[in-house]
Amino acid sequence: MNEGIAFEAQLEQRQRNRLLQVWIVFRRWPVIPLFILAVMAMFALFAPLLAPKDPLKQSLPLQYVPPIWATEERADRLEGRVDNSFEYFLGTDNLGRDILSRIIYGARISLMVALISLTSGILVGSTLGLIGGWYGGIIDELVARLVDIWYALPFLLVALVVVIVLGQTLVVMMFVLALTAWSPFVRNVRAEVLSLKERDYVALARVAGASPFYIMYKHILPGVINTIVVIATLNVGGLILAEATLTFLGAGLPSNIPAWGLMVGEGQGDLRLAWWISFWPGLAIFLTVMSLNFTGDWLRDHLDPRLRQT
Amino acid sequence: MSSFLIRRLAFVLVSLIGATAIVFALSRMAGDPILLYAKPYGYGDTEEYLNNLRAHLGLDQPLVVQYVKWVWQLAQGDLGLTLLSRRPVIDVIGEKIWNTFQLAFTGWLFATVLGVPLGVLSAVKRGTYWDYLGRGFALFGQALPAFWVGVMLVLLFSVTWEMLPTAFKAPPNVPDDYTHWNPWGLYPEYFILPTITIGWGAAAGYLRITRSAMLEVLDSEFVKLARAKGASTSSVIWKHAFKNALIPPLTVSALLLAGLMNGAVVAEVVFAWPGLGRIALVEAVNNNDFPLLTGAIFIFTIIYLVMNFVADMLYAWADPRIRYS
Repeated sequence: MNEGIAFEAQLEQRQRNRLLQVWIVFRRWPVIPLFILAVMAMFALFAPLLAPKDPLKQSLPLQYVPPIWATEERADRLEGRVDNSFEYFLGTDNLGRDILSRIIYGARISLMVALISLTSGILVGSTLGLIGGWYGGIIDELVARLVDIWYALPFLLVALVVVIVLGQTLVVMMFVLALTAWSPFVRNVRAEVLSLKERDYVALARVAGASPFYIMYKHILPGVINTIVVIATLNVGGLILAEATLTFLGAGLPSNIPAWGLMVGEGQGDLRLAWWISFWPGLAIFLTVMSLNFTGDWLRDHLDPRLRQT
Repeated sequence: MSSFLIRRLAFVLVSLIGATAIVFALSRMAGDPILLYAKPYGYGDTEEYLNNLRAHLGLDQPLVVQYVKWVWQLAQGDLGLTLLSRRPVIDVIGEKIWNTFQLAFTGWLFATVLGVPLGVLSAVKRGTYWDYLGRGFALFGQALPAFWVGVMLVLLFSVTWEMLPTAFKAPPNVPDDYTHWNPWGLYPEYFILPTITIGWGAAAGYLRITRSAMLEVLDSEFVKLARAKGASTSSVIWKHAFKNALIPPLTVSALLLAGLMNGAVVAEVVFAWPGLGRIALVEAVNNNDFPLLTGAIFIFTIIYLVMNFVADMLYAWADPRIRYS
């Protein structure tokens, strides 16, 4: 009898420990944000396989179908035309397009635009930072002033200028975002290079006759890569937000592309009738950006705690 | 101090020239700018007509000459005429900028009143639920797209609960005698939702900055000394720590006001606010109205640079340890 109680207490203790372990894992690693990011990445990579419908297919009889749980209204709208009740899970928009499918394809647009513009930003920004930090003097001064001036430009309006002049396409959108993406890298990489180039091993490499290019590539770049990774993760969320804002304002992508920001804008006029058109894509933006920011904070604390102050 | 002032002013000037040059260069990237004014296959425009138009608008001259001309006109306060209405750009901007400023200011006020105290609370009660709440708010605020916040606020407060107006800055038909007692045209209920829309993210930014500044100060020697002397908790927090932690948020506040002038465009679009950003966007983009857009960018850049200058001055004034040589 007593043994039984003791055993149960032990079992309970062990279960509690297991819960504690799960809790510790959740506190130590950004589990939920990484999960959300993984889902978004899957959406982006396998959109044609995962999307239940064609994101562009319009169907006027299927306008404004509410999400899955509004069963009565759904039955009213669908009038038994759709057998499978899981169809149009998140509802349809004003043109009868499936919102879930559009969100899945939208992940593709958002992540692709953000990643490509970020990559070009990293390349340009880090190179400028490396060159400025390494050579110093007038070159450094020029680069620093350019960054200062760039920060003073009203980004949204400049983006509008570029979009007007070059037209609304995906490539222009990436170009516009790359225009904003490079500047944070310059400042941080430059600061890092300034301290790295005073190290002994760099001096030794110079004595050994290595060319500046070789030293920068082989000895300095590995030292700044952590900073670059951290700045990149901290900034990618902002890029996605900027892309969404521009497309929402109607100045980013052509309206036949299923982009999240555009979808929020499309639903704005139908709020009274169908809140879900604007709600879901905005939620997708929010979850993605929050996960990225969270992961960025976490990476910074683990890879480069010195950046905390900035 | 005065040499510092002169250097900063010189920087403002150089930045202004650089920024306008960048915008000017961007605006000419497409190749032939005449295509912005007249579509190539529109209404049987002949080559001769296009050439005449080009000469009329001064687009046949070299880029540098065009830029210098533009700057010269600018120095005389002339931003050119808008393309569509042929009105002076400076007049159009002057009409709208006050509306944008009102919105940016209330947004700024909202962000400050919400963000700074929450940041202090979060730092003082570090590690407690208050802190988690504050940090959660910061995380949320920086990840929420402002335009979506606006749309959702409309959904909740205007569509569902019918408490606040969805759009405009004032009632659509204001009787004349209203302006009599309401000279600035301020209707508080029209400000609430747009203000929250643009102020939310800014409040989150404030919170982060205030919190980290406060944490740093709370950890410093003089706060420990004040505690050791037996000063009361509230005295330590407000008199010793807060005054010193205020410096970073104070500096940021000037930049934030400038940033909100620019960022207000999102709320202006969601709430049909008759501001500068919306006009620049709706009119300038839809009509390819280039003079208006460059003018608006120029004004926003000046505002930003002036606020940057103010921020530097505030920094030097608030922190006696910093003396620029």
